[in-house]
Amino acid sequence: MSSLRYSNVIELDYAPQQKIREMLREQSALDNAITISMGPQHPSTHGVLRLELVLDGETVVSVKPDIGYLHTGMEKQMETKKYQQNIVITDRMDYLNPMGNNLGYVMTVEKLLGIANDIPPRAQTLRVLLTELQRIASHLVWLGTHALDLGAMSLFFYCFREREKILNLYEAVCGGRMTVSYFRVGGLPYDVPPNFTRLVREFLDEFPAALKEYHALLTNNPIFQKRTRGVGILSGEDAIALGVTGPTLRGSGVAHDTRRAEPYCGYETYDFEIPVERDGDVYARYLVRMREMEESWKICRQALDRLKPGPIKADSPKIVLPDREEMKQQMDALIHHFLLAAYGFRVPPGEAYHAIEGSKGELGFYIISDGTERPFRCHVRGPSFVNLQAIPKLCQGALLADVVAIIGSLDIVLGEIDR
Amino acid sequence: MSDAPDSPVAAPADDLALVKGAADALTQLRRRFQDAIEEVVVRNGEATVYVARAAIVDVARYLRDEPKLLFNLLSDLCGVDRGLEADPRFEVVYHLFSIPHGYRLRLKTRVPESACEVPTLVGVYPTAEWHERETFDLLGIRFANHPDLRKILTPDDLEGHPLRKDFPLQGY
Repeated sequence: MSSLRYSNVIELDYAPQQKIREMLREQSALDNAITISMGPQHPSTHGVLRLELVLDGETVVSVKPDIGYLHTGMEKQMETKKYQQNIVITDRMDYLNPMGNNLGYVMTVEKLLGIANDIPPRAQTLRVLLTELQRIASHLVWLGTHALDLGAMSLFFYCFREREKILNLYEAVCGGRMTVSYFRVGGLPYDVPPNFTRLVREFLDEFPAALKEYHALLTNNPIFQKRTRGVGILSGEDAIALGVTGPTLRGSGVAHDTRRAEPYCGYETYDFEIPVERDGDVYARYLVRMREMEESWKICRQALDRLKPGPIKADSPKIVLPDREEMKQQMDALIHHFLLAAYGFRVPPGEAYHAIEGSKGELGFYIISDGTERPFRCHVRGPSFVNLQAIPKLCQGALLADVVAIIGSLDIVLGEIDR
Repeated sequence: MSDAPDSPVAAPADDLALVKGAADALTQLRRRFQDAIEEVVVRNGEATVYVARAAIVDVARYLRDEPKLLFNLLSDLCGVDRGLEADPRFEVVYHLFSIPHGYRLRLKTRVPESACEVPTLVGVYPTAEWHERETFDLLGIRFANHPDLRKILTPDDLEGHPLRKDFPLQGY
C-alpha cells in the first residue's frame, strides 16, 4: 500500500495532461478559491439578498452583494400619487418599521407645507409613543432572527410573543398590524381607542421581565459570545465613511442619533440615553440594540404620562380632513372634505429633506414639490440600503459562518433596500 | 416648476438665521470657492449650494476636512430629472451632515442631458458608491471614475432608466 499517494493532482503519464498538471501546481492558494452564491432564497439573508461569495476553504476572500430582487419602483409610483396616498407606499418599504416610515414621510410634507409647528401636542406624543413601540417591535424581530441564525431557536418564539402584543396594540389603534398607515399629513386621522392607555401600560409593565428573559438566554451565553465577539469589526471612522447610521454606527463608538442631533416631535424634552459600545463587533451591535429597547421603553412610559386629551389634527382645514360629525353639520367642512377627497391639497413649490431615527438608522425623505397635488420627486434614504454597503468590508477574512452573524447584526430589510 | 396661485399655506420666509450653523459654513465656502459656487438658496430652513460640476469633488473634500465644518457624513445622494423641457435637465443632489457640529447642507450639481456625467465622490465619501450606482441605474447619469458603475436595482435586461420623466409608469 506504500505506493498510495495522497494528492489532489492525479499523476498522469502523457504529455497534454502534463501541461494541465503544471498549471494546477502554479495556482496559488487563492486559486483554490471557489465562488458560491448565497441567496436570494437563503433563510439567513433576511429576504431576497444574494451574496456572491469568493471562498478560500471556509474563509471569505471577497463578497459582492446583489440586490434589486424586490425593486418595485416605489419612488416612481410616488410621483403619480397624491401626497396623502403615498403614506400607504411608505408602509411597504421597511415593513418592520411602518410607523417610522409614515412619520418620516408626513413630517417632510409638513415641512414643505410650513405646518410643522402646528401639529398639536397630543398628536406629537402619540407619534413618539407609537414609533418607539415600533422600534421595540423591529428590534424584537431582529433579535429573534439573529439568534435563530446563530442556532438559538427558542429565543425567536419569545421575541415574537412580545412583538405580537405590539401588533395587537396597532390593530386596536388603526386596524392594521404591519401596514398601519396611521399618521397623516397634519396629525392623525382619528384618535386612539379609549382603552389604549390601559393596553399600552399593560404591555410596558410586562416588557422588562421579557427583556430580562432575552438577556438570560443570550447575553452571557458562551456559544453566542464565541459566535459574535470579535466578529465583523467596523471602526468608527470606516462606519462614518461608509455612511452607516443607527445602532450599527453606535456599536462602533460613535454617539450619533438623529433624535439627539436634530430633535423632532419634541424628543428634546424626553429623558433617554444614547447607548454606545466601543468594540464595533457583532456583539457590540447586539448590546446597543438590547439597550435601545430599554431606552425606548423609557420614552414610551414618559409619553404615556404626558398624554393628555386634546386635538389630534392641525388646524388647517385646507390640508386636514374634517371630522365626520363636523362634516355633516357645517357647509364649509363639507366643501373642504369634498375638495380634499377629490383633488387633494397642493404643496407650495420647493424641496425639503427630513430625517428621523428609524429603527435601523437615519431614515430620510427628500421631496421636491412643483406646486401640484403630487410630489415631483420623492427620494428615500433608507438606512438598510446604506448599511448593507458595509458587508464587503465586514466579511473580508471572516469565516463563512460569520457572514450569517454579520448580516444579522446589520438588521437589514430588503423591502427598503430595493424599494 | 410651475407656480401654485392658490397653495393653501404660504412658504415660510427665507431667513439665513433659521439654518443652524449654515450661515457660517456658507460664508467660508463662498470665500474659498468663488468661481465654483453658482448659487446659494436658503428655504424652509435648509441651505442649498449649487456647485459647478467640475469642482464638486474639491468642494466636498473641503467641506469634509475643514475643522470648522467637518461634514463627515454623506447622508444621501440622489438624482433628479427636472423634466424634458428643463435645461439643464438633470441635477445630482448631495445631502451632507456634520456629526461633530450638527450642521446639514445640501449640494447640487446641474447636469445637462448632452453631457450626462458627474465626477464621482467615492474618493471622498466611500458611501457614494451605491448611491451613485442607483442614480446611474434609475436616471442614467454617469459618474466619471466610479470604481464599479453597474446597474444595482433594475434587472440587467431592462432598457432605459425608470425615474426619467419620459419613462412610462406601465406598459414599457
